[in-house]
Order: sequence, then C-alpha cells, then structure tokens
Amino acid sequence: MAKVLVVTSGKGGVGKTTSTAAIGAALAQAGQEVVVVDFDVGLRNLDLVMGAERRVVFDLINVVQGIAKLPQALIRDKRLDNLWLLPASQTKDKDALTEEGVGRIIEELRGNCDWVLCDSPAGIERGAMLAMRFADEAIIVTNPEVSSVRDSDRMIGMLDSKTVKAEKGERVEKHVLITRYDSARAARGEMITIEDILGILATPLLGVIPESQDVLRASNVGSPVTLNDPASAPARAYLDATKRLLGETIPMQVPGERKGLMNLLLGRRAA
Amino acid sequence: MSMRRTAPIARERLQILLAHERGARGQPDLLMQLRQEILAVVSRHVSLDPDKVIVRMERGKHVSTLEIDIELPSGIENKFAATG
Repeated sequence: MAKVLVVTSGKGGVGKTTSTAAIGAALAQAGQEVVVVDFDVGLRNLDLVMGAERRVVFDLINVVQGIAKLPQALIRDKRLDNLWLLPASQTKDKDALTEEGVGRIIEELRGNCDWVLCDSPAGIERGAMLAMRFADEAIIVTNPEVSSVRDSDRMIGMLDSKTVKAEKGERVEKHVLITRYDSARAARGEMITIEDILGILATPLLGVIPESQDVLRASNVGSPVTLNDPASAPARAYLDATKRLLGETIPMQVPGERKGLMNLLLGRRAA
Repeated sequence: MSMRRTAPIARERLQILLAHERGARGQPDLLMQLRQEILAVVSRHVSLDPDKVIVRMERGKHVSTLEIDIELPSGIENKFAATG
C-alpha cells in the first residue's frame, strides 16, 4: 500500500514543484516505486521540471472523466524506470476535478506503488483541497518570509480539518520543508530563522534547502536537482530530507550554519 | 533599533497575527450564519433582496463593532408606521 504525500504551501513560488520533483526522484533512487501527480490544472509545470513536457498524451482530467485509463496517462521517467508522472491538464478547467474522480485515481495508485506524491497548486481552491484530501502525510514548503509562514500555518490548519484522515479523527503526518534558506542573511538578522519558523508553526522539520543556483540550473534542463547534480548543496539537502521521510535518522545540516541545530530540533521534537 | 535586524520584527508580527487567526479558525462562518438568520427573521415581515443585507465585523484595538446594514425596498415605510 502506497503512502500518499501532499506537497503544499498555500503561497505560490515557494518551491512545491521543485521539491516534488526532487523528492520524487530521490525516493525512486532509493528503490521506491513512485508516482508524482500534478494537481495544478490549467498551470501544469511538473512535466516541465521533470523534462517530460513533450511526452504528455493524456492527463489527470482525462482519467477523472474516464476518457483515458490510468496506465495510459502515466509517463515513465527516462532516467529512472520506477518513477512515473501523472500530468495535470493544461487546457481544462480546474472544476473538472471531482472528489470522487480523484479518490478513485488515488485508490488505484495506492495499490500499485510505494509513494504517491501530490504536487498541490498554490491557493486554497479546489485543486489545492483535492491534492491534500486523501493524504497520509504532508510536506509544507515554507520560505523564510512572513507571507509564506502565515500561509503555511493556514495549510496546517486545513490538513488538520479538511482531509479524509482528519475527518476520521486520525492525523495527517506533517513535515515542514524550509526552502530558499540563506543562512548568512539569517545570521545577520535579515531573514527569519529556522528556529523561529519551527517555533511558530509547531511542526517537525523535514529539511532545509539552501538558496542555490543549482535549483534553477536543474529546472532549466528539465531534471530534478537530485538527479541533475546529486553532489550540489540543495540536492544533498533533498536527499537527506528523503531519507528522513523513509524513517532514517539523519543529522540536520544547514550549509553555512554553525550552531548545534540538531540539538535544538531534537529538543523541539521531544517537547 | 537597527535597520538591518528586521527578522525579530517579522517573528513578533507573525506570532501576534497567527494567534489571532488560529482563534478565528473554528468559527469562520459566524458572520455568514448571522446574516442568514437576520435575513430569515426580517423576511418574515417584509420581502427583502438578500443582496441588500450586509453584516460586517470590525475589530478595533479597544472596541469591536458589528455593523448590520439592511436596505428595505421602497414603499415599505407605511407598513412599519402602521404596525409601530
């Protein structure tokens, strides 16, 4: 049975699609059977970031509407044969997504892989709500910036109330992933710190992805950063985050950070 | 205060804002419910255009106000004069 993981944020442009591609690829590299699903109907981009934009034939809406069967719409990654993409529709209206249709697709995927990663659109409209609706786990992508932290808090509230799990009285396991982090600026007091973000959101940290040119470079060539340049700082941070998702205990390392962040994090988790 | 160390200000503003927003989360439909009930009560006596019933809450530092604005259709004044 697959785990269904939603990658969400509320705010746009914080790195949901980049993170979905990077973590999806890293899970596949670790031997897991992975399907990444783009829920951003009308503004799809996961296909582009994964370098599969010219291979899209059918999409999520086609499967929801029964025009295509799920296996026809899944695109197998060219680099990893256990990584699949279910693209969003670029032309259809987002209202074409129905809860019943999405539920049916998620159930079918659940029985056929290890991980289903749902790349949420920005905002709190239908697409975002359906992306999280059937989730077992959630990654809340957050930038060290006030509007992003506020929106993350809102999404945490929704994960705790609007998901199938929440309605059954269960909990969606939530993780904060801090992206575009610049430790030098944080040290100078110009950027809100990891400690502050975690204190405010009261949610465990999955990883800290440094602000880096490597992320842009990877998206330029249509390759998840974890595949394009595995030795780069953002790729290493994503690979570590992925290991934590798989249950490993990996010390939290923030490039450029000096103080004992790990102790801080352990203290917070225990609290 | 230093011009550069703005992060502590960000933290403080977020803490205050989110404490407020989290408190409001449980009852997001309070105003909507209030509007529905007011509409139902007044409609028992006069026919109203539902779009002309406006319920607004303003939170101030010291005083919060609830403003209810109902626009009556013209020619209704006589009815109120007769019953009142």
